[in-house]
Amino acid sequence: MSATTADGLAHAPARDQEVARALGRRRRLVDALVRWLCIGATAIGLFFLASLLFTLFWRGLAALDWTVLTKEFEPTTYGDETAPKGGLSHAIVGTLIHTVLATLIGTPIGLLVGTYLAEYARGSALGNAVRFVSDVLLSAPSILIGLFVYQLVVLPLGGFSGWAGVVALAIIVIPVVVRTTEDMLQLIPNTLREAVIALGAPKWKMITLVCYRAAISGIATGILLAVARIAGETAPLLLTSFGNSVMSLDLGSAMASLPIAIYQQANSGFPDLIAIAWSGALLVTLGVLAINIVARVLLRRRR
Amino acid sequence: MSATAATKEIQPATSGFGGLQAKSSAALSANARVAIRNLDFFYGDNRALKAINLDLPDRQVTGMIGPSGCGKSTLLRVLNRMYSLYPGQRATGEVLMDGQNIIGPDVETNELRSKIGMVFQKPTPFPMTIYENIAFGVRLHEKLPKAKMDERVEWALSRAAIWGEVKDRLHTSALGLSGGQQQRLCIARSIAVRPEVILLDEPTSALDPISTSKIEELIDELKRDFTIAIVTHNMQQAARCADQVAFFYLGELVEVAPAAQLFTAPRHPKTQEYITGRFG
Repeated sequence: MSATTADGLAHAPARDQEVARALGRRRRLVDALVRWLCIGATAIGLFFLASLLFTLFWRGLAALDWTVLTKEFEPTTYGDETAPKGGLSHAIVGTLIHTVLATLIGTPIGLLVGTYLAEYARGSALGNAVRFVSDVLLSAPSILIGLFVYQLVVLPLGGFSGWAGVVALAIIVIPVVVRTTEDMLQLIPNTLREAVIALGAPKWKMITLVCYRAAISGIATGILLAVARIAGETAPLLLTSFGNSVMSLDLGSAMASLPIAIYQQANSGFPDLIAIAWSGALLVTLGVLAINIVARVLLRRRR
Repeated sequence: MSATAATKEIQPATSGFGGLQAKSSAALSANARVAIRNLDFFYGDNRALKAINLDLPDRQVTGMIGPSGCGKSTLLRVLNRMYSLYPGQRATGEVLMDGQNIIGPDVETNELRSKIGMVFQKPTPFPMTIYENIAFGVRLHEKLPKAKMDERVEWALSRAAIWGEVKDRLHTSALGLSGGQQQRLCIARSIAVRPEVILLDEPTSALDPISTSKIEELIDELKRDFTIAIVTHNMQQAARCADQVAFFYLGELVEVAPAAQLFTAPRHPKTQEYITGRFG
């Protein structure tokens, strides 16, 4: 095969049709292989997720009734129809208190740290160090946070308390909010910042009046995801608020929460208590699902 | 009586807005609102502007042209101290306004920026209502009762030739406006603060031809009250809008002349080459 045509001008050598066809066949084969691997992996993931959700709804709905939502814990009935049936109201209220307070404490701190990273510490050594620590905290095993708060709050105060649980959950909220706040603020184009400054605005007004407003739905999404995360946390509460079998609004003493109630009743070995644990698990899942949907809607509206 | 004083008597209108009368200064030529003297600018070690000397004549439009990276936008960012936001950027020399060196260390930059407004290449509406966009800048520097604020918002939007298009939707989000409308909104936001100088950094390069011609008409109208500096890549635009044009190349001011003269009879061969499209 010649690289020079009749008129003597140099052209690119003609393609070898055989080689091209072989390459094309190979490419199609690899393409099909990769595609089926991806589809297969997705199918496996979806299968387990679907089976988990199916079981959860099946078992959770079976015991979910008004009693579960309104009554406190009662010991097992041993199958006695006349014995009072227990519920999870104490744990539902406990989880609401834990979650709301931890979010109220963790959010402002996370918001300010995220603001510091995005607006004040870009590229600085301290900023990079803070970001690194925050990311480590984000992926730290939550039992470690429970242990930390056990040392920090439970031992000095001499006992398990709702406050200790709130502190532990707040520590989990902080890095989540830091990350989303920083990410969302960094999405704001610098020209918008300069436009605010060009009007003669001081930096703090630029951040609070314009940047936060531009990033509000993203930041709100981050806060909601943090709420969803702590609503289902069990490990950090085991060593802090411990759990309680009666309704308690006293943050100074041990306090119930849904994940702990599920853990304890599922471990009890009694079918009636296990059934209640299932409906508790369903409640947590539905709550987290609702929060995630709200977060997604917020994030979509932003785009 | 000095030449400066004489000029001021003939054109008494402007300073009512900014409230600051130009003091006569030896360094200011007869009608210069801003006088740039021997200005050098550095991005770190990179010298981006070299010994610039340029006057922005009072209530005239100064066009700044030149190839990308020639320093024309950098010069605008010196004039309202935008560079102060970034460590590593510094300017030496003098930029005189009202007898004060505005690149000096003890200048109150927020106050300076209220006197020297800036509009950027891309429209930058704030994520709030149209009304709030305009009121935002005003509130930074003045405390106005509601009625006065309404007046000011209407005044600014009217001056920016957008009042008619937005007067029925003042309390809707500014992000819903078209690109051209957003840019006029940004101009309105700048003039609402009642600056004396307006810096326009390629204000039409992201806009369609109709919006562009609206902005150009607007510039013509605004120069009755404001001193304007406009950076543009479009030489026709410089020819249409500017009274004097400055040509920059590699950080140097090659030539500054009245627009008609610079485009028809440039003195410097580099200018000649650029305006005839031989490079840039």
